[in-house]
Amino acid sequence: MALSLPAIMKTTAARLSALYFLLFALCAVLLVFYMTSLSARMLTAQTQDTINDEVLGLARAYQRGGLPLLVRVVENRSRQPGANLYLIADTNGQILTGNVQSLEPGVIETEGWTAEPFSYQRFGEGELDRLRSGTADQGTTTPPSGDSSAQPAGEKGHNAIALVLRLPNQMIMLVGRDLGEPERFRAVIKRALMLSLGMMGLGGLLIWFFVGHAALKRIDSVSDASRRIMGGDLTGRLPVTGAGDEFDRLSENLNTMLARIAMLNEGLKQVSDNIAHDLKTPLTRLRNRAEATLAGKHKTNDYRQALESTIAESDQLIKTFNAILMISRLEAGYSSETTSPVDLAATVSDVVELYEPVAEEAGVALEATVPDAIVVNGNRELIGQALSNIVDNGIKYSTGATDAPKVRVTLERVGNEIKLAVADNGHGIPDDSDRARATERFVRLEKSRSQPGSGLGLSLAKAIMTFHNGRLDLAPANPGLSVVMSFPARETH
Amino acid sequence: MTATQPSSEIAYNSAMKILVMEDDREAADYLQKAFAEAGHTAHVAGDGETGFTLADAGDYDVMVVDRMMPRRDGLSVIAALRSRGNTTPVLILSALGEVDDRVTGLRAGGDDYLTKPYAFSELLARVEVLNRRASARESETVYRVGDLELDRLSHSVKRAGREITLQPREFRLLEYLMRHAGQVVTRTMLLENVWDYHFDPQTNVIDVHVSRLRGKIEKGFDKPILHTIRGAGYMLKGG
Repeated sequence: MALSLPAIMKTTAARLSALYFLLFALCAVLLVFYMTSLSARMLTAQTQDTINDEVLGLARAYQRGGLPLLVRVVENRSRQPGANLYLIADTNGQILTGNVQSLEPGVIETEGWTAEPFSYQRFGEGELDRLRSGTADQGTTTPPSGDSSAQPAGEKGHNAIALVLRLPNQMIMLVGRDLGEPERFRAVIKRALMLSLGMMGLGGLLIWFFVGHAALKRIDSVSDASRRIMGGDLTGRLPVTGAGDEFDRLSENLNTMLARIAMLNEGLKQVSDNIAHDLKTPLTRLRNRAEATLAGKHKTNDYRQALESTIAESDQLIKTFNAILMISRLEAGYSSETTSPVDLAATVSDVVELYEPVAEEAGVALEATVPDAIVVNGNRELIGQALSNIVDNGIKYSTGATDAPKVRVTLERVGNEIKLAVADNGHGIPDDSDRARATERFVRLEKSRSQPGSGLGLSLAKAIMTFHNGRLDLAPANPGLSVVMSFPARETH
Repeated sequence: MTATQPSSEIAYNSAMKILVMEDDREAADYLQKAFAEAGHTAHVAGDGETGFTLADAGDYDVMVVDRMMPRRDGLSVIAALRSRGNTTPVLILSALGEVDDRVTGLRAGGDDYLTKPYAFSELLARVEVLNRRASARESETVYRVGDLELDRLSHSVKRAGREITLQPREFRLLEYLMRHAGQVVTRTMLLENVWDYHFDPQTNVIDVHVSRLRGKIEKGFDKPILHTIRGAGYMLKGG
């Protein structure tokens, strides 16, 4: 990867890796510290136990045989391989016996456990060179213990802890134990821990790098695809590998979203085409009329007429415009504040009563079969508007009926739906695909082009039904057309 | 303007002082001129603050308030005026015309709501009906216009002493027309007040109802009483 460090640090994978690595390192350091200090404490405790045992044994020897026996036991034990430290000194601190040649000053002056490990030198250790040349100076030479051979004694000597006691005759006795072994043990643990943690850290880093890199590649492919889509190619889709993982789920969701956007976009395009057509035509007419009126010489009354028809035409335009706005707002969703229980039966009676004179004038029989009361959740205004649009259509289209024109409004409960149907006995819409298209915006089927209206009545009714979680269906009524508004029934308490 | 001719006759007796709160200069000028032509006096406030100050100080018959204005929006101006005890009728003008917009507008203290774009004849008719001097009729039990008489308690209608039988809806239609006798009443006003719906009916449903009513109250009498005002609506006016 030919990426600069800042660029790498911009990737989520690298940031996460760095964060994990830091956290991991912190934990590792804490772990090492804890383990070593714990083991040191355990070893110290063990050492103290050993020393206590020794002191008990020596005390028993002192009780049995006094100082001479004690000295003999001490000398005896001092000579054993890997022996502890023994020292008996007189009240002035002069070493009388034991295997300690020299000590840090002041160690034997305070009774009890030594506060800190102290350094010391055993007998014979300073004489190692002489030992090698075969000239042992004293018979009391201690055989070289394991640690002294592994580690040539330097000037600093060894570290030990010890218990300092005062014998009843005021002489000083020291029993101690070399710390070399625990210290080495600690060092080994520490090294092992450091090594394994280092390996784990490195391994983690490597694994994270590869995993992160793989994830990064997936994300990159998603962002490449989205860039293409942003570029205007709404048919593009994000890659789905089929692994069914989070990335696939994300891509699938985004793809569904894209499909919906594409659909809305398509709808929008269609609407703008239709708006262009259905608004431009009357606007052009309006403009032409104004121009023609201006151009010729007319009487005042002609001007008045031209202006009046201009106003009428613009009113129609405003109506169309309002309907478009209303449909798009309904489709965008509505606040629930506008819904309340609506008595559909009352609404049907209202609308039928409103249209009855118009129907009668058109020679259409408008009939309604309405039960006592059917209540749905909704907006009375909107339902009234939808129903009146449908009844209006019914009256218009039933006039072509071969029998006496008739529009029937029925309201009934079917299962858990409430169906409000308006059926006319006109020519209907015989073609299935035409019937499906009839509720699309601005669609006015060829036969109805000559009828007045914006072509938005049914689309508005459909939008209103969608808003009410209902449906608007068009079905053949043989003869004629049946427009059915289906509302979900209210839960009865 | 056809619409304003008959109403200006009436308006001569009832010239109103109108406060227009509208931030669009051109629209405000147009309204001022159009109201003047109809025989009313209109003052214009270009923003909410000025509108509030003018309304609080002046004695207006009706206020026309644009909902979206700089410095202070229309609804808050109305609410503030109402809380100060100002009861001047308010017509809210708005580009927002949804059902809940209307509801919030009326809840804030508006008396009527008109969506832009509107026809001036519609605005004028509504403003004249809102005029508080006209609302005094609300409490009368018997309305009389010319020789036409409507008793709101016994639900009976007589013209020149002759009983006329009306359907309940026809009665309410006539009642509304008589309450606003001498004023132009538009089709949407009738749909709103007699049927309680606020949408634009696709066909001339209201016209047919009115012409039926006209048949009942004019047939057999020599004088027309229910007049059609072209481009605006209807007016009930005695001879």
